[in-house]
Amino acid sequence: MKKEKIKARIMDAAKIKRAFQRMAHEIIERNRDLNNLVIVGIRTRGVFVAKRIAKLIKESEGVDIPVGVLDITLYRDDFSDMGEQHIVKKTEISFAVDKKDVLLVDDVLFTGRTIRAALDSLIDLGRPKTIQLLVFIDRGHRELPIRADYVGKFLPTSRRERVKLQMDEIDKKDEVQIIEPAGIN
Amino acid sequence: MKYLIKNGRVIDPASDTDETLDILIENRKITAVDTKINDDTAKIVDASRKVVAPGFIDMHVHLREPGYEHKETIRTGSLAAAKGGFTTIACMPNTAPINDNHNVTSYIRAEAKKRAVVNVLPIASVTLGQNGEELTEMGELISAGAVAFSDDGRPIVNSQVMRRALEYAKQFEAVIIDHCEDPNLSAGGVMHEGLSSFRLGLKGIPASSEEVMVARDCLLAQETDTAVHLAHVSTRGSVEIVRRAKARHAKITAEVTPHHLVLDDSLLEGYDTNLKVNPPLRTKADVISLQEAARDGVIDVIATDHAPHSRDEKLVEFDLAPFGINGLETCVSLILDRLVHKNKLSLQRLVEMISTAPARILRLENKGQIRPGADADLTILSLTQEVVVDVNKFRSRSRNSPLHGWKLKGAPALTIVAGKIVYP
Amino acid sequence: MAFNHKHLLGIESLSASDILTILDTAESMAEISTREVKKVPILRGKTIINLFYEASTRTRSSFELAAKRLSADISNFSKSTSSVVKGETLKDTIQNLEAMNTDAIIIRHASSGSPHFISSFCSSSVINAGDGTHEHPTQALLDAFTIRQHKKRIEGLKVVIVGDILHSRVARSNLLLLNKLGARVVLAGPPPLLPPEFQHYGAEVMYDMDRALEGADVVMMLRIQLERQKRIFFPSIREYRSLFSLNPERFRRAKRDAIIMHPGPINRDVEISTELADSAKSVILEQVENGVSVRMAVLYLLLGGKEREIPD
Repeated sequence: MKKEKIKARIMDAAKIKRAFQRMAHEIIERNRDLNNLVIVGIRTRGVFVAKRIAKLIKESEGVDIPVGVLDITLYRDDFSDMGEQHIVKKTEISFAVDKKDVLLVDDVLFTGRTIRAALDSLIDLGRPKTIQLLVFIDRGHRELPIRADYVGKFLPTSRRERVKLQMDEIDKKDEVQIIEPAGIN
Repeated sequence: MKYLIKNGRVIDPASDTDETLDILIENRKITAVDTKINDDTAKIVDASRKVVAPGFIDMHVHLREPGYEHKETIRTGSLAAAKGGFTTIACMPNTAPINDNHNVTSYIRAEAKKRAVVNVLPIASVTLGQNGEELTEMGELISAGAVAFSDDGRPIVNSQVMRRALEYAKQFEAVIIDHCEDPNLSAGGVMHEGLSSFRLGLKGIPASSEEVMVARDCLLAQETDTAVHLAHVSTRGSVEIVRRAKARHAKITAEVTPHHLVLDDSLLEGYDTNLKVNPPLRTKADVISLQEAARDGVIDVIATDHAPHSRDEKLVEFDLAPFGINGLETCVSLILDRLVHKNKLSLQRLVEMISTAPARILRLENKGQIRPGADADLTILSLTQEVVVDVNKFRSRSRNSPLHGWKLKGAPALTIVAGKIVYP
Repeated sequence: MAFNHKHLLGIESLSASDILTILDTAESMAEISTREVKKVPILRGKTIINLFYEASTRTRSSFELAAKRLSADISNFSKSTSSVVKGETLKDTIQNLEAMNTDAIIIRHASSGSPHFISSFCSSSVINAGDGTHEHPTQALLDAFTIRQHKKRIEGLKVVIVGDILHSRVARSNLLLLNKLGARVVLAGPPPLLPPEFQHYGAEVMYDMDRALEGADVVMMLRIQLERQKRIFFPSIREYRSLFSLNPERFRRAKRDAIIMHPGPINRDVEISTELADSAKSVILEQVENGVSVRMAVLYLLLGGKEREIPD
């Protein structure tokens, strides 16, 4: 029985930094009115991605974009895949989303179900003017018609592999890894 | 039919016997008891490695007929008794109608004669309708066949009435059996009042509710110089009161059930209604005290207080379930396994409590002893047979026993009533 | 932190870790009730029955709101509207309800042990909303949640519970929970309503309320039930009030930042003076609000994120 192991390291810290900078500029380009923009990061890693984007936009344009945290546990529909029951944490969005341009942010886009749950949750919170989606990695294998507006990297993978965005804030380094799951080869 | 019971270990406390003997029975009587009997005309019953005792007598049984035949009938109760090793049972009068007049008493006797496989002796009530106020016509009831009087199920609350009943019964030398409970102290209670009841949130029946009446009965018995038999004693306080009364030579006899000798209130955790009984299961300390009192003779009798209830009646919320444990078929195995085999009660003492003493108290001259001329009622026990209690195999109509699944060592092997084998 | 229980029958069967899981989850649930759309879809499609054999609008509507905020379908049955009036047994009632494919049954009943009883034969999750004088687990949980909101912790606090302890399932559940989380519990009341046996369950027993209140962090007043025949337990309301009512003078013995709690409904000027009931120290209304969050947490942990077991 094999243990889980890292199959490939796709991006290092430098590549990741460049991807973030590019995405920040794309956002600035496409959003005329930055003062109407709010960013909502999906727990857990999406939040850190969101905060980095907000920081880069501030550095470039001097505008403070508010960042909120969205917990979508109570909107999920994929429990049989999840296995054990998920701990539900707080959603912390201190601003109203009505009439705002919401930038929804997550680390990895896979089946699209997380984003679907996030959309349902956002719409229960209010009536945004627009919703855009930013993901750091798009790894394919969509099960729902969902696509991101801003992508850090497109990464074809096989279904059973896992993709991890390691981040300095949590894992003490920046790296994108493809992981071969444990089990028979 | 002649039977020769050979090579059994005969235990008969009435004659101080404990040795290997043969017994010859014919025409409903024991005809010979000796070391080696030879009789070619008799059918041999091999009792080697078994204990042969005078037929067990359960002097506290609820047969439910007339009136509650869905729980038990005289016939089914007797079948259960035979399986449990009992040759005689005395049935309590809280039927419907209550056995407070000679018609009901005669009915019970007649029905028993026709359909019961063991001896069934009616106990009539002390007061009309068990109302605790007016005395029954005891003379007539005795003529109809009643062997004792009791309002069991209920206490006789009014002390004046109890005193008059004792004085009146004196002329017949009949014993009054009292169910000791002060209904004001016990009101609404469903289990013993103590640590367990507080945890489980169930209303408790304090020990004092029994002890208050035990003390009263001992004092009245002393004052009137009459005999009182205390049903199902359950607390160590009661034991102490009886001990002191006997020391003063009051004519008190006391009875204990097999469940009170073994089970305690900690078992009620799961709210099993099969453990709901009145008097309730008490604490471990009370159980130990009762076992001691059984050994030293403060308690005279073991009686089951067999109280059958149908399955639906017990399958309800704890508060609503009726009180009662089904005991005829498990009594002997339980006592053998948990007391005799654990050296908490000797075999001789067991036989004395479950045969010799009840016969004496109910004044059954030809029962409770093994001698030529006595009735051929015999209980033959295996001390080693292992049984697993299975309520679904009960002969009783009801299944309300908390012992389902219990593994017990020791069981009745053969039951003979009036010279006939009635079990197996 | 997995919550591996099918039923919530009482605090007795919960570990300290289970209790903390419920309280933490309740925090997240509280946020939902502040939104404009107070609903999340997590229990969509689940069927819950509120089976209340005892009168209660407070607990029942709290459970009802909790279920609806999680998008479950909930139906109310009370003693008077059901066939109990026609003599149907509890067992038959439950089996009839289950025949409609329920996922959970919330039961309040006057007989202690009824939730245990029905859990032995029904396949739905059973939630105890108060059984006789035995337990009322969700009340103790929302009380703990409220205490934690104000005091940030439970461990080490001195909690005083005053009143008819003997007949109180709220007192019993609170006692169990507070002990599991390391608080110090003092019970106060007149002797007939406060059996000394409670010392065996981790509480100090005092008959002098003034002494009991010294240095208290939390004062929990219980309702004196005027419905039962209380003449036997204490001679008059007047006497009870003078000895055990919470008034401002007495309350001064507690810590300065002590909070006042009550499971409700309160008897003003019997167990607690009107001015204290309405003061800033009283968190009674918060308890009610927290009741919904805590019950949402319980429903989620028992039913959420699980597929229904299809019986073989």
